[in-house]
Amino acid sequence: MHEMSLAEGVLQLIEDAARREGFGRVTTVWLEIGQLAGVEVEAMKFCFDAVTRDSIAAGAKLEIIATPGTGWCLPCGETVALAEVYGACPRCGGYQVQVTGGKEMRVKELEVA
Amino acid sequence: MCTTCGCGSDEVKIEGADPHEHVHADGTRHSHTHEHAYVPAHTHSHAPGTSAKRMVQIEQDILAKNNAYAAQNRGFFAGRRVFALNLVSSPGSGKTTLLCKTIEQLRGQQQVAVIEGDQQTSQDAERIRATGAPAIQINTGKGCHLDAHMVGHALEKLDLPERSLLMIENVGNLVCPAAFDLGEAHKVVILSVTEGEDKPIKYPDMFRAASLMLLNKCDLLPHLDFSVKEAIAFARRVNPAIEIIEVSAKTGAGMAEWLDWIERKSNGE
Repeated sequence: MHEMSLAEGVLQLIEDAARREGFGRVTTVWLEIGQLAGVEVEAMKFCFDAVTRDSIAAGAKLEIIATPGTGWCLPCGETVALAEVYGACPRCGGYQVQVTGGKEMRVKELEVA
Repeated sequence: MCTTCGCGSDEVKIEGADPHEHVHADGTRHSHTHEHAYVPAHTHSHAPGTSAKRMVQIEQDILAKNNAYAAQNRGFFAGRRVFALNLVSSPGSGKTTLLCKTIEQLRGQQQVAVIEGDQQTSQDAERIRATGAPAIQINTGKGCHLDAHMVGHALEKLDLPERSLLMIENVGNLVCPAAFDLGEAHKVVILSVTEGEDKPIKYPDMFRAASLMLLNKCDLLPHLDFSVKEAIAFARRVNPAIEIIEVSAKTGAGMAEWLDWIERKSNGE
């Protein structure tokens, strides 16, 4: 959805970590992006390259760890796979499904030099 | 550079760069600073010989920074007992007209201030100021939503009386504003009956994030095929807890119920 803002957010977390941990260059960034987070991975990569130009993360590789969408279906009483956010339960077809996973947008780890 | 929004600060414009001294109702005059303690990154290696690679665990939410600014705004509101609402919708749902009518009806009972978000122009803020309420325009430039950082800076420029109602009119967009907490008490989504009934399931995040849906332009229903029942069912599918009020900013229908909702929620219900 708003990949440019998210990429800016990622860069900021990196710059905060650089101040805290005292590193000068980032070579790889691992992001955890849930399948229900509404993030377009290709757009994210494009925006990341654009916002990190001339920063300590310039040229860094962006690795995306995709986490699957899951929900808790109340009528079925079990965890089910969800392809879209607030979608129907694949077992019973109902909509009483609470999203339990797949909305993550996190900076997980960095490889730094 | 603005650190939260998706564009450089040269893109985001907030009206009124004057110092923010102001006078309270009791005559006291003072000025505020509301600066974010942000220090731009200035990192470089002092030991070029030691270039061994290592891993650094971060484990932080990408929106963490926005959420921190939102918490700061929320504290600011709490300190002044300001009740803040974040109004979201598609472009053309009638947000600004609804706001003007709300301000008119609350005149003499409740002070209202407005932060207006649009990509360009200050037309909406001017419409609000014509009602007598203080308003400040944020132009997001390339950005598609308001974020908590922009709102924090707008608060420096806005004369926000204690115990007032602050209406933040977000950029007309049903996607991005859902993800950005501004520090508001509630998000209110406005759906007009000239749009499709299925908008809540097409843009579920926004209807999920909102506490209240105002179904606007209801005076036009006799001329349309819009099914109110279906729209409500779709909204409840993505958000079973959402409250719904049918209104017409034009005729005033439903406005009393909307004002009552504001009063109840601002009293902590």
